[in-house]
Amino acid sequence: MMATSKKILEQEPSEVEMLLPWHATGTLNARDARRVDEALARDPALAKQYAAIQEEYAETIHLNESLGAPSARAMQKLFVAIDGEPARKPSVSFDISARIAGFFAKLSPRTLAWSASLGALLLLLQAGVIGAVLMTKQNASFQTASLSPSAPSPNAPITRTLGPEAPPLRALVRFAPDARVADIMALLDNYQASIIDGAKGGLFRLQFANRAMGRDEFAGLMRKLQNEKIVSLAVDAQ
Amino acid sequence: MQVLYGRHHVRVFRFGFRLVRDEQVAEDLISEVFLDVWRQAGKFEGRSAVSTWLLAITRFKALSALRRRKDVELDDEAANAIEDTSDDPEVAAQKKDTSKALRKCLTALSPEHREIVDLVYYHEKSVEEVAEIVSIPENTVKTRLFYARKKLAELLKAAGVERGWP
Repeated sequence: MMATSKKILEQEPSEVEMLLPWHATGTLNARDARRVDEALARDPALAKQYAAIQEEYAETIHLNESLGAPSARAMQKLFVAIDGEPARKPSVSFDISARIAGFFAKLSPRTLAWSASLGALLLLLQAGVIGAVLMTKQNASFQTASLSPSAPSPNAPITRTLGPEAPPLRALVRFAPDARVADIMALLDNYQASIIDGAKGGLFRLQFANRAMGRDEFAGLMRKLQNEKIVSLAVDAQ
Repeated sequence: MQVLYGRHHVRVFRFGFRLVRDEQVAEDLISEVFLDVWRQAGKFEGRSAVSTWLLAITRFKALSALRRRKDVELDDEAANAIEDTSDDPEVAAQKKDTSKALRKCLTALSPEHREIVDLVYYHEKSVEEVAEIVSIPENTVKTRLFYARKKLAELLKAAGVERGWP
């Protein structure tokens, strides 16, 4: 009757005794679970040890849950790193990644549908934004090279410029999964931004029409963007 | 990747955090783990659960981080802390609270024991899955958890908590 628990005193655990933690978490196969159940029913010392295990089980969960969750910094770092990864060529060895992709697809059909329709709309939107920018700027600083007093050489090619050239201001943005297309379009309109690439890893690359912003001003814009309800991540992508 | 990250990053973080005991390092681990997953998706053979694969990578990264920091002595400090505070009246009151004492002792286990306790109790991994994550035979998994529990009982006893086992 007490054969199992006698082993405890001898410091040599029995097979059933060693399986108790997995019985508590429900990860034993049916055969082992039955063996443990039978042993618990006939051995009170083993049952007492099992009660101690259930306490350990509960407190381990409690302890781990109290550790909280990582900050958004980890996610930003990851997706910026992924965005910087070279494009991968499809190959036979990526059969498994295709399987993983299929697995994700099964999990998030709504997100995929959303991305596809957003992509189509964004192409239209981008064309609209570019058109609007051209129309607005034509009245401002259009000059031909032939009229420019600072033209370096009469042999220089004739060019048209939309004012002083500054590098484009860009950001990587992930929208909240429940963001509606209309909200995204309104946001892009508000920020005078267009999407120039996406959605790698769920991230879209935005380009802002206003190139004249200083670093501080742009950092402020990033903070404002990050605080938007429909934006889950916004990082500078200069 | 976003779905994978959303589903698993908290557990990956907590597993890493329990191993390295440093929040910043644990956060860095997450990025490294998921970037590896992104790069090496082709190596995933689909024979085990994705979470098992992720935990195995996390463990490898955490051990590398620990080796870099040469931080092992922290574990001795943590274990000593239990005995050092035994005369503190506040701690004496805590001794009566088995749950608190248990959590404190779980923290004081060695990294080897901590990881196996977490994998079984928190991540609810089977014997076979733990063997795969830790790269040890299944029988070693069983005995290692038994001795981790025994060590836990000793720490509890030292903290004034008797549970009648072993």
